[in-house]
Amino acid sequence: MALSLQSPFTQQVLDSLRAGDQVLLSGVVYTARDAAHARFCTALAAGEPLPVDLRGQTIFYAGPTPTPPGKASGAIGPTTSTRMDPYTPPLLAYGVKALIGKGQRSEEVKAALMQNGAAYFVAVGGCAASLAACVQSVEVLAYPDLGTESVKKLVIRDLPLTVAIDTRGEDFYREGQKRYLESVR
Amino acid sequence: MESIRTIPSAAITDCVARLCIRACTVLPGQVVTLLEAAGRTEPYPPAQNTLRLIRQNAVVAATKNVPICQDTGMAVVFAEVGQDVHIAGGTLEDAVNAGVARGYAEGWLRKSVIRDPLRRQNTGDNTPAVLHVRLTAGDHLKLTVSPKGFGSENMSRLAMLTPADGLEGVKAFVLETVRLAGANPCPPIMLGVGIGGTFEQVALLAKEALVELREGPHPDPYYAALEEELLSSINRLGIGPQGFGGRTTALSVRIKTAPTHIAGLPVAVNMGCHVTRHATETL
Repeated sequence: MALSLQSPFTQQVLDSLRAGDQVLLSGVVYTARDAAHARFCTALAAGEPLPVDLRGQTIFYAGPTPTPPGKASGAIGPTTSTRMDPYTPPLLAYGVKALIGKGQRSEEVKAALMQNGAAYFVAVGGCAASLAACVQSVEVLAYPDLGTESVKKLVIRDLPLTVAIDTRGEDFYREGQKRYLESVR
Repeated sequence: MESIRTIPSAAITDCVARLCIRACTVLPGQVVTLLEAAGRTEPYPPAQNTLRLIRQNAVVAATKNVPICQDTGMAVVFAEVGQDVHIAGGTLEDAVNAGVARGYAEGWLRKSVIRDPLRRQNTGDNTPAVLHVRLTAGDHLKLTVSPKGFGSENMSRLAMLTPADGLEGVKAFVLETVRLAGANPCPPIMLGVGIGGTFEQVALLAKEALVELREGPHPDPYYAALEEELLSSINRLGIGPQGFGGRTTALSVRIKTAPTHIAGLPVAVNMGCHVTRHATETL
């Protein structure tokens, strides 16, 4: 059974999640990928505010296709999170509480998730036609010059996710593969 | 003297635009068939569920005319140009790029191309295409558009092995590539493996093996057996769909080879995700 949850998360909800939990997420998330992360970290290093206050918020590593007329969103799905690893510890220290992407993370990111009580979720990659139906609105908030890589506010409803790394640093990629290999031994 | 057939460059532009949209929204039949087969052979229930979501997504994309994946890729275009063809009204390259720009605009596809790899300014229309041209016999022009997403492209690798590395070295390199990629390239993956040639040729062989998606076994029984062996080794790694465990780490392994130098054994693995796409038309 999937848990129906709301973004932004409360610390209590985040702490209650376990790697492998299935989640249907509703509420507000913000898109940012490679280029926006680079700008965020430049701003943080210079002691400047981010263009959007992301403290307590959820970042979705996604660059959707353009929204066609009459639709709420284009196709949307997670991009590979590993590329955001170098930028992630400073953003978690700043106060971002949840990340959505796909694929494994570095040991540094796991440690930073634990330290800051944050969690990493994943959506199924390459299912962007289906996931688009979970997006109710898309609004560009910052860096419009980046095109698909701009920072967007998404209002989502029942976005299907898996908890990949929980606030205790448990990693479902490791655990899931282990469970499968044990099941066929 | 052979007669020369004239093809207007505008016809090439129209064709490429159509192919970009079709490739991004309709998964090739071979890939659908492989996904269906994987659904029958996958023993692990969570992995079966992920495979079901992937198949459903392809149906939603095709019926609603929505991109299968939000990464609608760099447009890799293969043009086989009959040497009795004359292209009138502009160059092949300009016609293809105009087609990509139009297809990505009209299809509401994502513009993912940047002008310069280090200064990183988006070109805004997904051009330029990566164009591979081959001269062939006859008076036809065959165009294949294969939008390549970079989640999988980034996990591709190339090695200049030595003759002493041999067959075992090739197998070890392919398996290591898949293991290193893990969950990142959106498994179940498809592999194009190039073996032989030169440094640049082996990469293109791997790409062609992935794009052509040859149906049926390799015509050379030696390589047919190697493809089978690699696929079953990969599917014992346990990575599974999306990396959460399962048998189905890969859907297919396709090998293309070329003669090489006495001192060399180049090998390249071009990684494709479960949305390995292409569309083809002949003018």
